[in-house]
Amino acid sequence: MVMSEGVAPPYLSRELEQPGKTRKGSTSSQRAGSRWGRRILTAFACLVYLYLFLPLINIIVFTFNDPAGRYNISWDGFTINNWLDPFKDQELTNAFIRSLEVAVLSISIALIMGSLVAIALARYRFTGSRGIEIFLVLPLTTPEIVLGASLYQLFLGRNVVFGFSTVVIAHVMFCVSFVALTVKARVRGFDWTLEDAAMDLGASPWRSFRKITFPLILPGIVAAALLSFALSLDDYIVTDFTKGEFTTFPIQVNNAFRVSFPPQVNVLATMVLIVSVLLLVLTSVRSEKGATR
Amino acid sequence: MAADTSSDDRGLRKGKWAPYGLLSPGILWLVLFFLVPVMILVRTALSSKASRFANPEFSWQFSNFTSAFTDYGPQFARSFLFAGIATVSAILIGYPLAYWIATQGGRWKNLLIGLVVVPFFTSYLIRTIAWTSLLKDNGVILNTIHAIPFVPQDFRLLATPAGVIGGLTYNFLSFMILPIYVSLEKIDFRLTEAAADLYGTPWQAFKKVVLPLSMPGVFAGSLLVFIPAAGDYLNNRYLGSPKTSMIGTVVQDKFLVQFDYPVAAALSLVLMAIITTMVLIYSKFLGTEGLAV
Repeated sequence: MVMSEGVAPPYLSRELEQPGKTRKGSTSSQRAGSRWGRRILTAFACLVYLYLFLPLINIIVFTFNDPAGRYNISWDGFTINNWLDPFKDQELTNAFIRSLEVAVLSISIALIMGSLVAIALARYRFTGSRGIEIFLVLPLTTPEIVLGASLYQLFLGRNVVFGFSTVVIAHVMFCVSFVALTVKARVRGFDWTLEDAAMDLGASPWRSFRKITFPLILPGIVAAALLSFALSLDDYIVTDFTKGEFTTFPIQVNNAFRVSFPPQVNVLATMVLIVSVLLLVLTSVRSEKGATR
Repeated sequence: MAADTSSDDRGLRKGKWAPYGLLSPGILWLVLFFLVPVMILVRTALSSKASRFANPEFSWQFSNFTSAFTDYGPQFARSFLFAGIATVSAILIGYPLAYWIATQGGRWKNLLIGLVVVPFFTSYLIRTIAWTSLLKDNGVILNTIHAIPFVPQDFRLLATPAGVIGGLTYNFLSFMILPIYVSLEKIDFRLTEAAADLYGTPWQAFKKVVLPLSMPGVFAGSLLVFIPAAGDYLNNRYLGSPKTSMIGTVVQDKFLVQFDYPVAAALSLVLMAIITTMVLIYSKFLGTEGLAV
């Protein structure tokens, strides 16, 4: 990552320069204390990871459950049938596909618009940039229920038909800010004179963008894409207000919960989990390589 | 391009039109689908609605706001109380983990922090349903708790405030860990050695050096947990009961079930106003950088 780090905080030098007490190594009792402290901390960290993963373990284990009733909530016996027939529930599968469609379309739109905003903020000085930055944060710091409710009122007042397009509009809205801020955070501190150098060497503006700027902002865009994919796929509250009769995967799961909770929900969720973790590992391995290159 | 720009030593350009051109698609989207809808919401909040199916008429109906407080005081109180407890719990659980990764993660740091994000890749709704399966009466967790002597036989977690707060803490915990980790990561830990050289105990070094430097992360994380928690209604739907209903529950019900738009709009605006005030105070002191995860 290209960032302006590694600069010691200014007060560091001031504190170290303070004259007075003579230096002396820490006593052995202190070291023993901190060793026990480290052990306790490590144990606590493991417990937190267990807490974070407990529901995921539950979800994965219950993909192998053979529920007696219509609710896959109590353990009734082992089976692999759910994995052999993951698309058994037609409505659930359709909702799942619609969720993927919404996510892919909204992320594509949000990535383009958000990255342009990030580039504008990161490499130009212009009047109003501070105001734009605050404006970008507002959708992220507004409770989802307010975002959803206000879009609901907008569409209702204009007699817009609720469905796929209103859900996409909403998802693009909360992803744009997110992409812009994530990409901007990654390119902050980047030395833009490299672009000038490329152009001095005869590169066209487009070529210097393609060869210099784009590769530099790409890791930020990939990170933003992954996380906004998760945001979109996962979204419940904003979608609840903008969906009309349209259903995404979480909405379908919630609607069906009154009558059933089939194990296929867990199977599909586990599939998403596996693919996302693979993508995460792949991109982090790639960026690690990029960093050591 | 070169005609209207001049750059400083970092290559930051003074653009006349280019930055506005780059900004316009994203910002326009946010104006149309975030700013305008919120203004429509303000209008709705000041309207009156003659009957369930009538259109809201704008009438400076300030009583919607007063009834928001008088009729739904308990829900507001619960929302802020639950969200507050969830935020404090997330600090207590998340800070040690972030500290452990930052100080002892070594070469596994990226992987360890990546693991914190993994729960995001399964739907928030399905994770919450997984908690109902884990916390249910006669479930794994309650059976363990009941094995402890002196625990009353009717002790349960589902449909209690503890269940809802636990769900809120769990669902938004990662939003706390990430910014704390980012701020800890920036600290030069040689400062703690300096503190030890000056006869500071490890605890003093932590309290006087590390903790103050990581406060920006704690504040950013607190906002990122508190905001979604205060407006949430899914955790209450699955882990709580009507007795633990929060303001999100009321807003969702009034908008999508009872069609009582004016009062619902007033309620969501009050929620937004309180949270926006908190965010503005935060950004005045600490800027907007820390809020982009």
